[in-house]
Amino acid sequence: MQHQNRLRPFFENITFDRDDNEMILNFGPQHPSAHGQLRLMLHLQQEMITKSHPDIGYLHRGMEKMAENMIYNEFMPTTDRMDYIASSSNNYGFALAVEKLIGLEVPRRAKVIRMLLLEINRLMSHLFWLATTALDIGAMTVFLYAFREREYLMDLIEDYCGARLTHAAIRIGGVPLDLPDNFIADMRRFLDKLPENIKDYEDLLDTNRIWRMRMEGVGVISKEMALSWGCTGPMLRASGVAWDIRKEEPYELYSEVEFKVPVSDKGDNFARYRIYMEEMRQSAHILYQVADMYEETIKNNQTDLMAHAPKYISAPKIDIMTQNYSLMQHFVLVTQGMRPPVGEVYIPTESPKGELGFYINSQGGPYPYRLKLRAPSFWHTGILTDLLPGHYIPDVVSIIGTTNIVFGEVDR
Amino acid sequence: MRAYTPKDDVQAKAYYTDRFYVSPQVAKQDVSSDEVFAADLEAIKAKFEVLEAYIQVEQMVVYINAKDNVDVIKLVKEELDYTQLSEMSAIDWIAKSGQFEIFYQMLSMGKRKRIRIKCFIGKDEAINSVEKLFRSADWSEREMYDMFGIEVNNHPFLKRILMPYDWEGYPLLKTYPLEGDEFAAWYEVDKIYGKEARDIIGPEIRDTARVDRYDSERFGRLGHEVPKGTKITGNEPKTPLAYQEEGGVFMIDRFDEEKSVIITDRNR
Repeated sequence: MQHQNRLRPFFENITFDRDDNEMILNFGPQHPSAHGQLRLMLHLQQEMITKSHPDIGYLHRGMEKMAENMIYNEFMPTTDRMDYIASSSNNYGFALAVEKLIGLEVPRRAKVIRMLLLEINRLMSHLFWLATTALDIGAMTVFLYAFREREYLMDLIEDYCGARLTHAAIRIGGVPLDLPDNFIADMRRFLDKLPENIKDYEDLLDTNRIWRMRMEGVGVISKEMALSWGCTGPMLRASGVAWDIRKEEPYELYSEVEFKVPVSDKGDNFARYRIYMEEMRQSAHILYQVADMYEETIKNNQTDLMAHAPKYISAPKIDIMTQNYSLMQHFVLVTQGMRPPVGEVYIPTESPKGELGFYINSQGGPYPYRLKLRAPSFWHTGILTDLLPGHYIPDVVSIIGTTNIVFGEVDR
Repeated sequence: MRAYTPKDDVQAKAYYTDRFYVSPQVAKQDVSSDEVFAADLEAIKAKFEVLEAYIQVEQMVVYINAKDNVDVIKLVKEELDYTQLSEMSAIDWIAKSGQFEIFYQMLSMGKRKRIRIKCFIGKDEAINSVEKLFRSADWSEREMYDMFGIEVNNHPFLKRILMPYDWEGYPLLKTYPLEGDEFAAWYEVDKIYGKEARDIIGPEIRDTARVDRYDSERFGRLGHEVPKGTKITGNEPKTPLAYQEEGGVFMIDRFDEEKSVIITDRNR
């Protein structure tokens, strides 16, 4: 609170047009807590924000334009670069959209492997979220612990596909590889230890006075606001809407596994934090069940990894190398690309950040006529326009933290 | 006869198409096959003209007149429980019919249903904003304006969102080349060096696949950098290798190639 009779600054050659306390603060685009290239123009009354104007586009690569100029399989590695914290979820969203467009049924084992990848990615993303947000608030220990656990998961993914960040581990019609021999055992060993780890984080944060002061009652999103702004995922569930696409519109094998959807009606940063923590436990719970499913597929000798649809999907390698027709088909599919039917789909999936949707309009050619990427973070950034006013500058950091935005998918 | 392709569409084209190939269609079901959708469609039809409606991949698609868009979405939101606008954008059909197709992807959490409301507008027409109904449309409509140049009436802040504010041209139009146009090639040169430096620097190479073998003449000769255009035919003096700043670091001597002895015989 400034005093009315404060000393007025005097500058010889400058006259001020305005005689109020408003200051415009430029936050970013290179701010370490902005989690990427986010620029915020904040109008301040002393420390309080009266107006906020997010400015995005610093990472815009024109993925939708690129998609219109690529065959469907070619676009798959590009989707890695959207939400690069959990890139398999993007691969999966795109693969599922194209499969629905074609009307493909994916073999059981491929589905199981996809489920494993999706949930490992969710864990990776949530651990990354916890680490970076805790670091922004100042809890460096949690950062190091969470990154350690994330490292194990990255090693698992590396075992599977060789990549750690941009996996491209899912193909249209299935998955390219079977799991390596030690994968399930390694994953079980990790999962057995995970509850202890999560408890460690919670012991460090839950009763931490600073953490609670920075989180509780800060960044409250009402249910109406969350719905109106198109919030999805943990952002929506923290605001009292029990909506998880895995549960409500099940895809893949989510209808066969048992898990709970954590919901909170508080809508503040702390509620979002609690939801991320609980979702990690639920992901672990799903992974145990999926590991059993995988062993069942071995028992039942379900070895197919790619769907059988010669018009759209290349035959297995052994057929390509031994059968002339498979080789010809493969050649056409690689050089010209598959030609899905004429039509359009919008397929939503629950990525770690929220609803990741792929809208594809196909005109029967090898290139999509229009592909729209519905990335959850785009609206979770937009909501900062309405969410930040009324908060103080330090709250900006914690609010950006709990929105869990990734600029690869905001700007696409 | 060769198949006609519109000349104002510069997107990648199929290299080869069988002239007798007939593309299959994604199946469309009649709306009456789903009672929830049928009831929704009746409610819309009672007040507005519906041009076409069908179900495709478990979602209802409703074509309406562009002038009704705000009212229809208001009806759908307030009376039919479609509480979220997941996505909205446009499709460029200018080469085909001189129109943009605008779609609104809506979600009803109560009914667990998704519908897509679509309308066509002409090339130079504007669409009314639904931002008052859904705040999320604020950013989607800005993105649509940014990418297609479609003006949106009553929008509170219709500015570019992803592209720079002073950009010219609309990237997602089919007439816009993938590498960018003439403006794009000069944009950063003008911004960073100024228009007067155009002759010296030349346009930006925006073809990412292009390999310029002459480009290696400068970065490949580390330590022998010369201004661009200078002849570098081998008369430059030899620069000894050096790994530290002048004078070295405390306790560690600077590596000096001239003074040092390279031992090749390990039994010397």
